[in-house]
Amino acid sequence: MTEITSDQAAAEIEVARTGATESDIANYTINFGPQHPAAHGVLRLVLELDGEIVERVDPHVGLLHRGTEKLCEYKTYLQALPYFDRLDYVSPMCQEHSFVLAIEKLMALEIPLRAQYLRVLFAELTRIKNHLLNLGSHIMDVGAMTPNLWLFELREDLMNFYERASGARMHANYFRPGGVRQDVPLKLLTDIADWLDHRLPRLFEDSISLVADNRIFKQRNVDIATVSREDALAWGFSGPMIRAAGIPWDIRKSQPYEVYDRLDFDIPVGTKGDCYDRFMVRVEEVRQSARIMKQCLNDMPEGPVATLDRKVFPPRRAEMKQSMEALIHHFKLFTEGFHVPEGEVYVATESPKGELGVYLVSDGTNKPYRVKIRPTGFSHLQAMDFMTRGHMLADVTAILGAIDIVFGEVDR
Amino acid sequence: MHDHIPRISAREGLVDEVKAAIGDAFLSAKDEVGEVSIDVAREKIADVLTVLRDRFEYQQLMEIAGVDYPSRPERFDVVYHLLSITKNHRLRIRVTTDEEKPVPTVTTVFPAAGWLEREVFDLFGVLFDGNPDLRRILTDYGFRGHPFRKDFPLTGYTELRYSEEQKRVVYEPVSLAQDFRNFDFLSPWEGAEYILPGDEKAQPEAPGAPTPLKADEIKK
Repeated sequence: MTEITSDQAAAEIEVARTGATESDIANYTINFGPQHPAAHGVLRLVLELDGEIVERVDPHVGLLHRGTEKLCEYKTYLQALPYFDRLDYVSPMCQEHSFVLAIEKLMALEIPLRAQYLRVLFAELTRIKNHLLNLGSHIMDVGAMTPNLWLFELREDLMNFYERASGARMHANYFRPGGVRQDVPLKLLTDIADWLDHRLPRLFEDSISLVADNRIFKQRNVDIATVSREDALAWGFSGPMIRAAGIPWDIRKSQPYEVYDRLDFDIPVGTKGDCYDRFMVRVEEVRQSARIMKQCLNDMPEGPVATLDRKVFPPRRAEMKQSMEALIHHFKLFTEGFHVPEGEVYVATESPKGELGVYLVSDGTNKPYRVKIRPTGFSHLQAMDFMTRGHMLADVTAILGAIDIVFGEVDR
Repeated sequence: MHDHIPRISAREGLVDEVKAAIGDAFLSAKDEVGEVSIDVAREKIADVLTVLRDRFEYQQLMEIAGVDYPSRPERFDVVYHLLSITKNHRLRIRVTTDEEKPVPTVTTVFPAAGWLEREVFDLFGVLFDGNPDLRRILTDYGFRGHPFRKDFPLTGYTELRYSEEQKRVVYEPVSLAQDFRNFDFLSPWEGAEYILPGDEKAQPEAPGAPTPLKADEIKK
């Protein structure tokens, strides 16, 4: 009593010929990366697809693992510092910030007010620098070219400011235990003020206006990878990711460090927790960072830029030409280095991507016993699986772009 | 006070309350440089974190760190860093273990623990009982050993390069053109416990050893 339609017959013939059943060919697995322009570095995603729908994501990280934490154990504190620039190479100074604060907390070191203002100024400059790259590449991941090129123009300016302050365009090594490496020239501060007043608003608002209300851009981002507040907490989100989910949590406000409690700024919060919210939170953070920088430039006092404790911070070159004592201090600091009292601290700062923590265990010698870096992107990338599930293959790039991921810090 | 460090509000009496809540899982606690850390029993870690999440409002697990102390019988510390965003407080929970005794997983409490435990497993070789996906995460495919242990050399054991003859990446034992130099700048006058090179024959006097001869006792 069976009536076989022609379609069924064709399918049965197909199965007989290839030996495949329907369940065998329904799902297939593809590799995204490790060398994919939208993977933001060396990420390998193993995607399990049902047609174009993503069923499961298995991110393979660690392709950029360099063992930073182990290397730090073999270096003095001052030598370990430059490794932090190379973690998240998009926002170098903010990584140094956590490490430097951890050392200072263990040593109970006080730093002068001008150094604190300079640190905040450059931390916020770094935040803008980071967001410019992320916003631009996010926009480009979903298909628009122009804003990325414009934002790179701005980023180039910031690199020049970096260079004028520290001598390096990217790996600044500018924040030092006890203060900052050197004072900035007045002309640099006036140039930054000028840039904040004229160049940043024009170019930045222009490029964002191209996408913020753009129909295509919204179609690619609104309602993609929504994360509830509960999920954001459970998966260890921080930074713009947790704020986009609607939780007003910012370490600069709630656990203020340096002079953030003297500055006036707002924390943008998302409503739906989708990719568009994450994008817009970062856009607003750029504006707020510009606001903070202007206040820093206005309020910054004159004075020393580092502690005068010569057992921690080396003397200036000119002083060494005059003083034997200064020469000895310099020699001791750059061979033996300073000793950090025994103990352990966990210090987290609000880096542009979220909470960047440093868990520092010291055994009282001149080298750290253990440095554990709490990367921001690690937890976010872990949540990629549940965020992407049920979305289209093309949304993967939008989700990745909105996570703001850099493999220097995820892999360490 | 060093007030440029992130300011975390204090929670008075926290340790006593936690001690009462977790009972015999509590081992010891200390409050140093404004940070509270509590040592708990390894077997109870999941229960402890559940209590801390539900009753003490530590909603987020930010970090699991491994630390290696090779001289101890239970050589590894596994350190959990919790964050309460409602109480604005951070708390450190610590358990100890060795290469064989597994730590119960906390993925049931905080899903974020999955990768964090994988990382500690990969780098230290600490086993996590119940983690559904305990694979290596940061090291290379097919890597052997646990690189962040203190007895693992900084240079590792293998190096890889692209071989033009074989047209593929080949793994070889590490060969260094120059030995890794680890300078010891600790001053021997400040309590170094090792013998300086060239000083091997100069044994320190044992306690109770006869005093050196006086000048007038020396045979002329």
